[in-house]
Amino acid sequence: MSKATVELPPKAGFNFDLCRRNDMLTKNGVHAPSFLKTGTTIVGLVFEDGVVLGADTRATEGPIVADKNCEKIHYMAPNIYCCGAGTAADTENVTDMISSQLLLHRYATGRESRVVTALTLLKTHLFGYQGHVSAALVLGGVDITGPHLHTIYPHGSTDTLPFATMGSGSLAAMAIFESKYREGLTDFYIYILYLCQSIARDEGVKLVTEAICSGIFNDLGSGSNVDVCVITKGKVEYLRNHQKPNPRTYISSKGFSFLKGQTEVLSTKVTLLEKPQQEEGVDKMEE
Amino acid sequence: MSIFEYNGSAIVAMVGKNCFAIASDRRLGVQLQTVATDFQRIYKIHDKLYIGLAGLATDAQTLHQRLVFRHNLYQLREERNMKPETFASLVSAVLYEKRFGPYFCQPVIAGLGEKDEPFICTMDSIGANENANVIGIELAKDFVVGGTASESLYGACESMYKPNMEPDELFETISQALLASVDRDCLSGWGGHVIVVTPTEVTERKLKGRMD
Amino acid sequence: MGSRWSPYDNNGGTCVAIAGSDYCVIAADTRMSTGYSILTRDYSKICKLADKAVMASSGFQADVRALQKNLAAKHLTYQHQHNKQMSCPAMAHLLSNTLYYKRFFPYYSFNVLGGLDNEGKGCVYTYDAVGSYERVGYSTQGSGSSLIMPVLDNQLKSPSPLLLPAKDAVTPLSESDAVDLVKDVFASATERDIYTGDAVEIVVINAGGIRRESIDLRKD
Repeated sequence: MSKATVELPPKAGFNFDLCRRNDMLTKNGVHAPSFLKTGTTIVGLVFEDGVVLGADTRATEGPIVADKNCEKIHYMAPNIYCCGAGTAADTENVTDMISSQLLLHRYATGRESRVVTALTLLKTHLFGYQGHVSAALVLGGVDITGPHLHTIYPHGSTDTLPFATMGSGSLAAMAIFESKYREGLTDFYIYILYLCQSIARDEGVKLVTEAICSGIFNDLGSGSNVDVCVITKGKVEYLRNHQKPNPRTYISSKGFSFLKGQTEVLSTKVTLLEKPQQEEGVDKMEE
Repeated sequence: MSIFEYNGSAIVAMVGKNCFAIASDRRLGVQLQTVATDFQRIYKIHDKLYIGLAGLATDAQTLHQRLVFRHNLYQLREERNMKPETFASLVSAVLYEKRFGPYFCQPVIAGLGEKDEPFICTMDSIGANENANVIGIELAKDFVVGGTASESLYGACESMYKPNMEPDELFETISQALLASVDRDCLSGWGGHVIVVTPTEVTERKLKGRMD
Repeated sequence: MGSRWSPYDNNGGTCVAIAGSDYCVIAADTRMSTGYSILTRDYSKICKLADKAVMASSGFQADVRALQKNLAAKHLTYQHQHNKQMSCPAMAHLLSNTLYYKRFFPYYSFNVLGGLDNEGKGCVYTYDAVGSYERVGYSTQGSGSSLIMPVLDNQLKSPSPLLLPAKDAVTPLSESDAVDLVKDVFASATERDIYTGDAVEIVVINAGGIRRESIDLRKD
């Protein structure tokens, strides 16, 4: 064991130092704060030559909207993206951690990452924490074996589906998929695909957008804008704010303007920042 | 009672035209009893980077010391200051490390970047970044808030904020939003502390407010 | 097993009232929700109790409806006995008594009452669920109240009761400015409060009578 007198930055993993203190506080009736949640509608669907992922952009803290335009479609690998619902910190960090593991794996093997690899890494991580890392994910990507779409639950169970929804708006979004998704998007369009490659893709984007909008308007935990990500073989289109169906409806004609000196000030301290800091730095380096 | 309500706090940061402002209240309480009326909640990391820590004061001070320590190590190794985006990622990582036994702190970070572009962001107590995203970091266009008066601050800022304000106007707006909000929150108040940072100067002001 | 049934629900929503020298503005959003679901986007939370008294209520809408019917019945009796409409201050006191009557099984409703007093001045009364009330110059109740209150404070600032001579609680704004402010605070609250949205219904009472208008809010 190290007997270092200076606390060094830890190498990896969680730190449980404050757990005992925090448990004690909870037992004494002081509650831990609520975390930032991504309320959320996230969806994905498979079409003939790729995957479409979609998400809303609202993050909530109880009944209050904490972020009106957050990003819920996370990068995993150049050919794989992942939508996250649940505790915001968990979805962000889990996808980041697995994404870096995938990068190392690509360096080691020199091959493109596979969706199942990402899936396995994610589910083992989540299963290991027995649901305490609360991330519900929709994972989509295209690899050497074709397009894939999976859902991953916080406890580590997974599904493989042609279309999937997650989050508090999952029922609203699934209602759209169940009524409008046709095998057509995979089979029916095959013959049209001979005529025009892009029809199935546009149809997929339209359906995903509609499903997300259904979540945005009917579920209070979801809102603001629609993000879409289309992954096809060798190509990714990240359509950030694909639709903005909820602009502010009214802005006061006069606006709020405050006169200079309206606020009562007790003391003022002005510090000038000297500019040529960088040049000095360069000189020192050369000495 | 939530642990955030033990000491009480209100922090807000706003973006202006090539500048930013960060403001906090000055009360330190133990529940409903006021203990100090000149408490510092905004800490300087370097000339153009500030962090406000809302929540449990003891954790805020500990966390601040750890962040300064990590920033000092970075300065020694890199011979430069941290960019606000980098610092935000550091804070997020330090907080998420304690996912299952968190510091009871909500940070509000504000700084000027390499090209003097303003950057503000906030997170929850386990480091879920808001407004700054890891992929192609996105700048918050408007304002971020934290603390026990956060709901009031959201309402006030949502009405009063205008994009592209000059430093003077930004100061008046953030001050009015802060004072209006803390007057409706029992756990924060006793005036305010406002820092306005432009590429050339830092202006710190102490505000007069209700003392109850 | 587990969770016990509760006689109460919270249907969200926000109400605002502002009193001026010769008018009163009462406004509420029209969303009714429970949990994360919207029950309807077009539900009026505003009820005309008398010619010069209008109540806006958020909270549990079943209780609110029962309260409105109760007050309507009492007002009808009053009209039969006195052959006139109840004044707004009288209605304010009646509402307080009606709420306190159910002190130990309260109506889960958060009300603001607005109207014109006997001199034709605007008046606003604000309540808690068990009938504690106060005459004020402006007020807000409901899920978005904590977001709206500081803005109203900043723009309208109520006079301190410690000041002598006593100042009028009415706001200095003109009627159109007050309506403009109400629209703006609702648009702001809708940005951040998930239970406020869809539309805002605004009722203006002045010497000429009662006028209603409404504008759309975000529907997400």
